[in-house]
Amino acid sequence: MIVTENLDIAYDQTLIVKQLNVEIPPHKITALVGANGSGKSTILKTMARLMKPKSGHVLLDGKAIHRLKTKEVAKQLAILPQNPTAPEGMTVIDLVTYGRFPHQRGFGSLTQKDKEVILWAIEATGMEEFAYRPVDQLSGGQRQRAWIAMALAQETPILFLDEPTTFLDMAHQLEVLNLLEELHEKEQRTIVMVVHDLNHASRYAHHMIAIKKGTVVKAGTPMEVMQPDIIEEVFGIQCDIIQDPRTGLPLCLPYAISRSQKEPVIV
Amino acid sequence: MKNDTVNQHSRTWVAMMVLVVGVLAIVFGIALSISVGAANIHLSTVWEAIVHYNSNQTEHAIIRDLRLPRALADVLVGASFAVAGAIMQGMTRNPLADAGLLGLNAGSALMVAVCFAFLPGLSYNSLILFSFLGAAVAAGLVYGISSLARGGLTPVRLVLAGAAVSALLTALSEGIAIHFQLSQELAFWYAGGVAGVKWSQLKVMTPWLVIALVGALLLSRSITLLSLGDEVATGLGQKTVLVKMVGTIIVLLLAGVSVSAVGPIGFVGLVVPHFARFFVGVDYRWIIPCSAVIGGGFMIIADIGARMINPPYETPIGVLFALIGVPFFLYVSRKGRREIS
Ligand SMILES: Nc1ncnc2c1ncn2[C@@H]1O[C@H](COP(=O)(O)OP(=O)(O)OP(=O)(O)O)[C@@H](O)[C@H]1O
Ligand SMILES: [Mg+2]
Repeated sequence: MIVTENLDIAYDQTLIVKQLNVEIPPHKITALVGANGSGKSTILKTMARLMKPKSGHVLLDGKAIHRLKTKEVAKQLAILPQNPTAPEGMTVIDLVTYGRFPHQRGFGSLTQKDKEVILWAIEATGMEEFAYRPVDQLSGGQRQRAWIAMALAQETPILFLDEPTTFLDMAHQLEVLNLLEELHEKEQRTIVMVVHDLNHASRYAHHMIAIKKGTVVKAGTPMEVMQPDIIEEVFGIQCDIIQDPRTGLPLCLPYAISRSQKEPVIV
Repeated sequence: MKNDTVNQHSRTWVAMMVLVVGVLAIVFGIALSISVGAANIHLSTVWEAIVHYNSNQTEHAIIRDLRLPRALADVLVGASFAVAGAIMQGMTRNPLADAGLLGLNAGSALMVAVCFAFLPGLSYNSLILFSFLGAAVAAGLVYGISSLARGGLTPVRLVLAGAAVSALLTALSEGIAIHFQLSQELAFWYAGGVAGVKWSQLKVMTPWLVIALVGALLLSRSITLLSLGDEVATGLGQKTVLVKMVGTIIVLLLAGVSVSAVGPIGFVGLVVPHFARFFVGVDYRWIIPCSAVIGGGFMIIADIGARMINPPYETPIGVLFALIGVPFFLYVSRKGRREIS
């Protein structure tokens, strides 16, 4: 389980996140939502020990994550950052192979188990036909799936994904989300993802955290977070919340931009 | 997916080929380098001089005292510059990184000029230390200047700062050389001279370079991970700060020690890792050893070329490298423009 205690996070001197206290429920899917620049990626990176907080702690099973051995953390938690880039010429299978790094010793020869996991990760993301293509020569969506495969190959009980569905077409978005749901259902993995599509968050997440300017506006079940006033406060849009006829979950239908949020139009 | 293992094997095979061919080229190059020069010596005499050395024969003395150390220095220094370049390119994810381009060589060279001017008669041991410090100061300057700028460190900024710092430090060394009338002593050395390397120097520099090269090999896997970016590398459990620190020390050693012996030879470090990558792909476990071998081979062959272009005069080897390096540099910077800017 991951908990943050009074996190302050800053880039240089600018404080981006103030006194953040969130809990990531174990064995559930959590969605972080918020406007561009609200601090979602910053929070995700800090919880995954990629950034050091200015003050406060991130606790992984009760221990301060920034003090644990980074390789031990890497066996527990995999993170896919928002815009990773692979070196020119690195193939998909090479990339996915590096996902096994935390489980290897020394110079890193692959065990049978490593090979099986690598193949599974490539198949699970539907990347078989691109396995030997250089990552930098793939389309945005294919590239995204290659990186997801790398994170999957890390085989961790906790998975952090920063906008895993950007660049993907609708079918592939659902495919990735279904895969995450399956990982949760079959293996009880804890998954935290940043998503922009509120209806995806509502449909796939058990827990939602809505962020505005580095602070939590509301955390709870999709039912609790998907409220017109909360959404107006977080995103500055007005919307109707209706019930999904198939699942009974809340759906957000935006219809207007809130007055105060409108940018002045310069003609 | 079945050809997974096949592919893995074919790349290992290519890398092995590069290593074997490279080592053969080096051995051949050393033999050729010993026999070619102002006085041409027959290969059989070379063999004789190595097997039964006779101090009364001038040819044997030339081989042992001049040609052999020069050939060995070529290989060692070529490998060092190339590996330094490979590490820097991997760590900074910048295809244009190189000890010459980022000012390290100029920093070493300035310190050596300072030592010539103010501390004449300094032992070669101490000169190496100063040269290392010079490289470190230059690296600090370049890194500091480029990260101070708004928006932080980008590849372009790093190269620009490197060029500016290089120009400044080189101008300073030239100023010192003119003012203290060291031009004679330094002139050839600046243009990149392996000609003057002596056994005594070789004995001091070899252990340092060998340690640094072995360190580079041990670090190679970590460098591949760094080349995925700091965030991804940390996420995979890499100690990025530690790796970068060790990597930087290795680079400073390789560049500092090499410059103290042969002067600032540019472009080896820039060009060779790209050749290695062309053959063996993106894995630094192969890029680093192959860069070492290609760099060593490249250097000894260029040095032979330098002696043959206009005999009995020697064309400075740095000039030869610039001749090959500049077009290649332009090619790489064009090809990678989108990622670089
Ligand atoms: N490296 C950085 N240096 C300085 N400021 C930064 C840096 N990275 C992000 N910021 C600032 O921190 C704030 C939060 O950024 P963050 O990337 O966490 O937003 P986000 O919620 O992930 O946005 P998006 O939806 O666009 O990905 C922004 O105002 C951004 O400008
Ligand atoms: Mg983000």
